Amino acid sequence: MLDIIKRRVRDRRIETEPLAILRQQGCTRAPMADSRCDLCGDCVKACPASAITIEDDWIIDTGRCLFCGDCVPACPKASISLSAELPAVSQRSSLVLRRNSTLPELKIQLRDEVRQVLGRSLAIREVDAGSCNGCEVEVNSLSNPIYDLERFGIKIVASPRHADMLLVTGPVTRNMLPALLKTYQATPEPRLVAAMGTCAISGGPFGGTYAAGSGVAEVLPVDIFIPGCPPHPRTVVLALLEALGRLQVT
Amino acid sequence: MAMTTAEVVDRLEHETGNALTTVPAGERDRAIEVPLSSFNGMIRSLCAEDEAVISSLHACDDRDSGGSLALYCVLTSRKWNGALILTAPTGGQYPSLTPFIYSANWYEREIQDMFGIRAEGHPDPRPLVLYDTWPEGTYPLRKDFPADTKVPLASSPYPFKVVEGDGVFEVPVGPVHAGVIEPGHFRFSIAGEPILNLEIRLGYLHRGVEKMLEAASPSKALLMCERISGDNGVAHSLAYLQALESDTEVPEAIEYGRCALAELERIHNHLGDIAGLALDTAFSVPAAELYSVKEKMLRLNQRLTGHRLLWGVMKVGGMRDVFTPEAVDEVQRTLMEVGNETDALVQRMLNTPSYMDRAETTGRVGLKVAKDLRLVGPVSRASGVDADIRRDLPYAGYGKLSFRVPVRTEGDVLARMHVKAEEIKESISLIIESIDKMSGSRAPVDVTIPSKGVRVGIVESPRGEVLHALHFRDGRVIRHKVRDASFCNWLGIEQAVLGDIVPDFPLINKSFNLSYSGNDL
Repeated sequence: MLDIIKRRVRDRRIETEPLAILRQQGCTRAPMADSRCDLCGDCVKACPASAITIEDDWIIDTGRCLFCGDCVPACPKASISLSAELPAVSQRSSLVLRRNSTLPELKIQLRDEVRQVLGRSLAIREVDAGSCNGCEVEVNSLSNPIYDLERFGIKIVASPRHADMLLVTGPVTRNMLPALLKTYQATPEPRLVAAMGTCAISGGPFGGTYAAGSGVAEVLPVDIFIPGCPPHPRTVVLALLEALGRLQVT
Repeated sequence: MAMTTAEVVDRLEHETGNALTTVPAGERDRAIEVPLSSFNGMIRSLCAEDEAVISSLHACDDRDSGGSLALYCVLTSRKWNGALILTAPTGGQYPSLTPFIYSANWYEREIQDMFGIRAEGHPDPRPLVLYDTWPEGTYPLRKDFPADTKVPLASSPYPFKVVEGDGVFEVPVGPVHAGVIEPGHFRFSIAGEPILNLEIRLGYLHRGVEKMLEAASPSKALLMCERISGDNGVAHSLAYLQALESDTEVPEAIEYGRCALAELERIHNHLGDIAGLALDTAFSVPAAELYSVKEKMLRLNQRLTGHRLLWGVMKVGGMRDVFTPEAVDEVQRTLMEVGNETDALVQRMLNTPSYMDRAETTGRVGLKVAKDLRLVGPVSRASGVDADIRRDLPYAGYGKLSFRVPVRTEGDVLARMHVKAEEIKESISLIIESIDKMSGSRAPVDVTIPSKGVRVGIVESPRGEVLHALHFRDGRVIRHKVRDASFCNWLGIEQAVLGDIVPDFPLINKSFNLSYSGNDL
């Protein structure tokens, strides 16, 4: 016992990161071209994820981006930088950004009745539907003392029957589809679905094969898209708080 | 003194009295063509005489170039300085190796699923990945199967093993689990609390990785390799690069930098594993503190490379220059802190009788089982197998770095924890030493892509030996075999839990901490 007290006095306390710091440090950053971009298309060739297209404008689908940064050195005009702060959104189309976009505001619109029923807390069941386990590393990080998700009244629960939200990762593989649908059926209404990470949003590098689909929205109604590969735990915390309407308060 | 693989081939030629046709396989390794009739016999005698083990058994569809559905067996041995690859043509079937070499089991089932090449006499010919909804005759890795084929739904229920008797119950668990882990199905047969049998069915995460890799350019394949098993992304990309760059000289500084990166990955993996052991024994305080230490490593990774899991640093022919002088100071400082804090926390767990009561003698795997199943990595080293690819078949800069390979013999949860805790210390000194040795050019070089033959990359991932085999034709990759460490170790869990009680399963599973996505591909 004495040992434990001594150690408590001696050791540095683990600092949980305050919300203000989480907000200040912000979300995952995606590549963005500025006005120097002359639509030459070199970045399109360099992008291994086929996330960049050039039509009348430079367009990046951050729901496909793998955040590898290969487009940055590929630009002869040095117009691309990892500068677009990328929060979670409730419309898939909001993740498609044009050249010189200003940072999108956090915008998640949940149905009013959902907000009324769920109130300020949230119980989450995570379902891996084909992830590489990178997203799982970060979902587990949410529970560490630094992010400490539970301090916000947001809990990761063991059963879908206790859950308000399914947090789904991966492109949805053929072999996981029946289990994902059963888990959804077992979640009481009103229920939310969040698609976490590039694979869950667009299928990712292994999407659209004989064995995997092209994202969660193909099979379930998705309320929140959380971009990143994998999304930073901060992005996830801010997404969940925003969804609950709790970021306006502070 | 290790035999060169060329000497092994000479000896085989002498023994068989025939000249063997060789296939290009790089400088260190050798690949030889043998008739199907002597394929099994040669593998069995090499395993018996040279203590060789199967590092991969896979197939390649060579039919469109006048070949056949060919088998490839990659053998490694601590007596050899490289890998020996045997290849034999088949007409769609071959005699199973599994009755003689048990570690061939899942490989043969996988080949059957993916290529429709049957292993005659296999004791368990059920599908490994393509079960339940997949129609007969779906062979995704054959060349006449396009990657985006829409396969119709079929109904072919999977026959689970049944254990019968008075008071025997079945406890099915998964694929969706209570914790945040990957999906897999575990079926326990129990009498009272002790586990009589555990059957593991995986494959839920099958995404078609190998099929997609065949069509990818090298830089895209590299990004995909990082996402085969995300927490071991560096190891997989390094294994891929070892195979791809086998005809290319990579600057020394890059080789050391890659080692440092791989060891950074090992540290955060092992920290998560040890924290998980504390968590699964309801020992929350050290669990929370160890997860904080892990977070410290992930943040170091982020500051160093811009990515918490170190993805995007490895490049074909080089790596991004992340170990700048300013960064190195921070790396050293953080590693010292992490080392000290981990030591103290591990000691605290070892000094706690309630933890030791859970960990000691739990989930035992003996040396014979470890060798028969051909377990790899920390799991095998906790059962007395003294093997580590970094030392036995050095790659990147490991040949010139000094480190110990911790080995324990108890084979229980505690031994696996000891091995991982010791490896964290070794990794810390390896990182410091390799950064120290990074001198000279750090510029990437152009890579000579081999025009034909097969190249193998084998590395020691945090979970153990990872293998990538690339088959080339006309300077293109026509087959990319990936074998994660977990593929070798899953059957070890089925053995480890026998006689233990169901509540110990999460702890045993955590002590193995295997990858589902790396296994299912």
